[in-house]
Amino acid sequence: MSTHIIIRATSLHKSFGAVQALHDVSLSIKRGEVVALIGDNGAGKSTISKILSGVLRPDSGSLQINGDEVNLRHYSVHKARSLGIETVYQDHCLGEKQPLWRNIFVGRHIRNGLGFIDVAKEKKMTLHLLQQSLGLRGVGVSADALVSTLSGGERQGLAIGRAMLFNSNLTILDEPTTALAVKEVGRVLKFVRSIPENGKSALFISHNLHHVHEVADRFLFVDRGTIVHQSLQEKTSVAELFERLEEYSANSAIRGDK
Amino acid sequence: MKTLYRYRFQCGILSLLVGLLGLFIHLSPQTFLHSRIYIAFMSTIPFAALLALGLTLLIVAGELDLSFPAIMAVSGFCFSSISQATASPVLGLFGALATGSLAGLCNGLIVVKIGVPAIIATIGTQFFWRGTATLLADGLAVNLTELRETALHHILVGRLFDCLPMQSLWCLVIALFFWMILNRHIWGDDIRFIGDDITTATMMGVKTDNVRIGLFITMGLMSALASVMVCLEMASWWPTQGEGYLLIVFAAIFLGGTSVFGGQGTIFGTITGSIIIGILEAGIISGGLSGYWTRLAHGLVIVVSVSVYAVALKTRRT
Repeated sequence: MSTHIIIRATSLHKSFGAVQALHDVSLSIKRGEVVALIGDNGAGKSTISKILSGVLRPDSGSLQINGDEVNLRHYSVHKARSLGIETVYQDHCLGEKQPLWRNIFVGRHIRNGLGFIDVAKEKKMTLHLLQQSLGLRGVGVSADALVSTLSGGERQGLAIGRAMLFNSNLTILDEPTTALAVKEVGRVLKFVRSIPENGKSALFISHNLHHVHEVADRFLFVDRGTIVHQSLQEKTSVAELFERLEEYSANSAIRGDK
Repeated sequence: MKTLYRYRFQCGILSLLVGLLGLFIHLSPQTFLHSRIYIAFMSTIPFAALLALGLTLLIVAGELDLSFPAIMAVSGFCFSSISQATASPVLGLFGALATGSLAGLCNGLIVVKIGVPAIIATIGTQFFWRGTATLLADGLAVNLTELRETALHHILVGRLFDCLPMQSLWCLVIALFFWMILNRHIWGDDIRFIGDDITTATMMGVKTDNVRIGLFITMGLMSALASVMVCLEMASWWPTQGEGYLLIVFAAIFLGGTSVFGGQGTIFGTITGSIIIGILEAGIISGGLSGYWTRLAHGLVIVVSVSVYAVALKTRRT
């Protein structure tokens, strides 16, 4: 039964000094599902994503990945990646001055026992990825091109493609569309939509409720460090998402005045 | 064509070298068409080039080290005193390498673990090691002429077939090794990403602390090796050893196209840059100008080429 659950977090708590960032957060993501985290600034969305991706350690709570309990004391970005959890950040995801092939394989190079990289093979795989998964074609496409020559959408696409190449079971996308032009957003959303086609899952975090509604199967509403509501995409309209989010914002505003 | 574009910096620096050589040959054919001057170059340039190789990796990783001339002095002193005390220059060499890596480790720990920016940390350690060397030596030079006929002398700075300076071969071998590391090894990849954006590198699972400390140690080792070679070549050690190398080595690296912002750099560029810096003085003097022109020419070449790089990078982005 639990095998089709990729990740299950139970009762996560996290404080930064006196500020309680997360309070009793539990969630699970199924195979082939795109789940969206919705909430105002500071609600705790990023804290949740950082705990799942191994950047932050929760104060208490537990984490199950593919049905196995994870020892949170030894959980790291590295460990998360080895368990098939990849994060695509808005920034700090690619090395600007490095060629594409290095960015695809950084930290996970195809190498021999002495640590020397199989450059020819990596370039070939990169070119394949650029053409097949990202749909970049033509003479201009090269594994040696630098990241700084890519558009914002292409960068997010590359990072998502990288996660796919390494067979990520769960791809966490933290605000992947925020800094993009309209045309670029469409491409990124298309990449995200293609994730469940291969039986993989995604956790999508965005402020833009239109984008959220377009790609996610299920919405989790986060308010003041806890998940307050969830609903399915087919039973919720974009307008309802807006209403609910505004309600939470208004509540916190009132409390703020007090 | 695409390949040529990719290597445009390397092509640029190489044509600068060829151009300068052509100019010097034209101005003073009797000097620059004779092999003697090139053998002289091959005996002097490798010292700066070895330092520049170590520093290139450090700069690609977004760090720097201003203390290497002082590390040269202190490890050279260890070499000279251990060689004299034990009559074994090989022991002296190991002592110097140990001292150099220890000094590098100190830099690494101060920068990486304590968090002091490299420019400040290495200004401090630079004074410290220079002071240590001067104190230990009581401010006096050490005469090392008795090492002239030792095996280590022949291996490190001897003349192969009675003409080719061994230090140039060592420099070449180490340059090839560094090239392999920077371009074909996972360490080189780590170095590039750390210099490009250290947060990205961390997110991608690079062990940034270890790599950065390792690079400072490497720089210490290269300083020690260069110092031992200088001691053997000059048959003496002196308390201000290494002082002249600081700016020349940085100049060679930036001339070679390594980015001051980290993330990018080439071994080929650094070696070519070292050669250009190394031949300028001889070229100017044998061309009939006074030695006073040397610094002016250094300055001119550096400012112009670094400006060309900046313009080239700007046009690529837009």
